[in-house]
Amino acid sequence: MTAKIAYADVEVGTELPAQTFPVTRATLVRYAGASGDFNPIHWNEKFAKEVGLPDVIAHGMFTMAEAIRVVTDWVGDPGAVVEYGVRFTKPVVVPNDDEGATIEVSGKIAAKLDDNTVRVDLTATSAGQKVLGMSRAVVRLA
Amino acid sequence: MALDQSFVGRTYPPTDPYEVGREKIREFAEAVRDANPAYTDVEAAKALGHPDVIAPPTFVFAITFTAAGQVIEDPQLGLDYSRVVHGDQKFAYTRPVRAGDRLSVTSTIEAIKSLAGNDILDIRGEVHDEAGEHVVTAWTKLVARAAEEG
Repeated sequence: MTAKIAYADVEVGTELPAQTFPVTRATLVRYAGASGDFNPIHWNEKFAKEVGLPDVIAHGMFTMAEAIRVVTDWVGDPGAVVEYGVRFTKPVVVPNDDEGATIEVSGKIAAKLDDNTVRVDLTATSAGQKVLGMSRAVVRLA
Repeated sequence: MALDQSFVGRTYPPTDPYEVGREKIREFAEAVRDANPAYTDVEAAKALGHPDVIAPPTFVFAITFTAAGQVIEDPQLGLDYSRVVHGDQKFAYTRPVRAGDRLSVTSTIEAIKSLAGNDILDIRGEVHDEAGEHVVTAWTKLVARAAEEG
């Protein structure tokens, strides 16, 4: 475990570099295959609408996978993540067009904890809506 | 119909081991378009102190959720999966999942609640490697939305 960020160099309120992640239908098909989650709400518009959704939606776990990249890209070693949790508050709606959707993620240090660990609070939005709540990671720094 | 509270605390038998492969990790990392070399380059992973390539933090969900199928599909519990949405997800890692791991999951029902007709089910999946060492615990909250009236 080799974090490239030192515990001594961060303070509560330190912001991590924000990132924007594009999502298209092709992204979701690929994620379905890689994750084994073939729920049709993530690729079949007709089915999604039949169960009351506005359109096809991204896998919550896809959004969770993207959001933690703000932490892992910052710290360098993904093995530095000690805890990671989210609440799925709103779906990421992915229209069938050339643009799809985007997920915007920012993070900041919310607390400095024991053993060189910090708590990072993440904010993830899509189309102006918060898509993750209580999105928190505990990360061990150098 | 509210789920039977007596299922709280029930632990299901450990799953047969899932063998984590390098190429499966690569496939997953590419699907989330995460180019971190720790997922695909053994030397880069070793430079960070890992014995082999590691998996992205959420990779293990595919394994724990498959294991949770024992709970979800337990006919005695009677969860209506067609109405289920994923509410919360949390992981606590002792170490990252890595290629070569043979992982077994033990699922436990931590809580059952009923709120405004919705059934809320908390499942804990303890993931251990072949040596019996703890790797990660996954907590999954599932919400079965109330059936519409009439």
